[in-house]
Amino acid sequence: MSEFKGVWIFSEKFDLTLEMLGKAREVADKLHSKLSVVLIGSDIDERVNELVRHGADKVYLASDPALERFQVETYLGVLHSLVANYKPEVVLIGSTKNGKPLASRLATRLRVGCVPDCVRLDVDGEGRLVCERITYGGSAFAKIAFRGKPQIATVPQRAFEKPAPKEHDGQVVKIDVKIEPAGTEVVGVKPLGSSSVRIEDAEVIVSCGRGLQNKEDRVLLDELAQALCGQVGCSRPLAEDRKWFSEWVGLSGHKVKPKLYIACGISGVIQHVAGIRDAKVVVAINKDEQAPIFEVADYGVVGDLYQILPALKEAIKKHVQ
Amino acid sequence: MRRIIVCLKQAVDVAQLKVDAATRQLVTASAPRKMSDFDKNALEEAVRLKEKLGDTEVFTVTVCSEDAKSVLREALAIGADKAYSVNDAAFSGLDTFGTAYVLAEALRKIGGFDLVLCGETSLDSFSGLVGSRLAELLGLPLVSSVRKISVEGECVVAERSLEDAVETVKACMPAVVSVTREINQPRIPSLMMIMKASKKEIVAWSMADLGVSKELLEPKIEVVEVLAPKTERKKIRIKGENATEIAENLAKALVQEGVVGR
Repeated sequence: MSEFKGVWIFSEKFDLTLEMLGKAREVADKLHSKLSVVLIGSDIDERVNELVRHGADKVYLASDPALERFQVETYLGVLHSLVANYKPEVVLIGSTKNGKPLASRLATRLRVGCVPDCVRLDVDGEGRLVCERITYGGSAFAKIAFRGKPQIATVPQRAFEKPAPKEHDGQVVKIDVKIEPAGTEVVGVKPLGSSSVRIEDAEVIVSCGRGLQNKEDRVLLDELAQALCGQVGCSRPLAEDRKWFSEWVGLSGHKVKPKLYIACGISGVIQHVAGIRDAKVVVAINKDEQAPIFEVADYGVVGDLYQILPALKEAIKKHVQ
Repeated sequence: MRRIIVCLKQAVDVAQLKVDAATRQLVTASAPRKMSDFDKNALEEAVRLKEKLGDTEVFTVTVCSEDAKSVLREALAIGADKAYSVNDAAFSGLDTFGTAYVLAEALRKIGGFDLVLCGETSLDSFSGLVGSRLAELLGLPLVSSVRKISVEGECVVAERSLEDAVETVKACMPAVVSVTREINQPRIPSLMMIMKASKKEIVAWSMADLGVSKELLEPKIEVVEVLAPKTERKKIRIKGENATEIAENLAKALVQEGVVGR
């Protein structure tokens, strides 16, 4: 297996590529190997320097007008031929909705393992990559190692800090691209109106669940969030079932790490709890004394959110002034 | 006749999982099982397509190492026409590659399908790899994270939920499509549907029936440990005579924590 050498990174999202560079640098140093980034796209040459300044020793540059937009088969073709040719021992791929199937198909094509959504990465005594991921709907963390190489893992957004840029020497390898035929055709793209602030960045989140009876009642949360200079979030059913919000907090939505998370009318299923594990202080407000959210809250209020929230807003205003 | 095959996982019902407080180990062996909810959305979508398009049959395939009868019966009650159970003790501990490989062999043996539907991920392991691995093994186009689907002639047109956009993708059939939970609200089968389902066929296959290579079933990953996280929340109840008093007490506590105020 010693023929496999080097730690590689790929993500079609440039920010995520930069985030992975810091952790990947540590892994590469532990393995005494080089850190490389695969950069795929069109007209992207000027990004090479930024990658090098963030720690890349080598950048494999696949630039072609046909690669302007992510397309899983074409990107997979480029990445697979590179990996099959250069044989890195570790390949980290950004765990986005596009990156994950890419990683999975790369691993399948190479007949190797793939560990998705790793929130911690380390190297064990035998030089194997050990990945940690959330499993069983958020009830547990699993530590997983590989049997065979390359070891392919995916890394979610915001799992690791982007490293600080510094002077660093790096090399560019330009790739002759062969475009594989695609089995799918993108016929339309509708960007989602993304709010200027991301909920992952919020210091305070006031979040609601099924206990909120009408869409309009979110004003109660908006007002409290405003008093706390925070943002409003929700649990999955309010977004996916009731369609009152476009995104949600939880295992399948956003994983957040605010100073303060106030869960209002949220029962606290484990998938939701998995999304708030990194909150510093959790407050639960719920009518049902038996709601599981109280087991994972620092402060619990058994009561009606319709009465507690307006009163809390006033009390907070008094203390903030 | 069009044929849609839905891949169904019998998953650990994570909501009913117990944790051994002393060891932080999960008690999975005795935990109740159920149909993975993402797969139930895939099944519901298949049945809706059948109702809309007509002249369509819906089959389900389940790869498992233990009895999954109740999940298969539920699938038939929801509207599947036939359920395939690929059950073998040797499948215990399959990883995502092994599962996709057995599924691929089962699908090849069933044959004649136009569309393969599966959940984007599973309720318990939450890996989200099997659908894409399956597409790769079958050499078929994959449309993942789908929240809306329609069949137009020989192609599927689907809306994919991405992080920052909704992408509409067209793929010619046969194709593999994985769905998100927002695609539909699965129906709850009526007593009549449950009774009708008892007359439908469940085909039971073992490893030998598929002729799968034992070597390819060897896991490509090794689970070193699975532990429940330590929860270190304070669990303090805030009380008071009325909402105002409770709110005041809570605000004070939050100020003391240093999470409210300047």
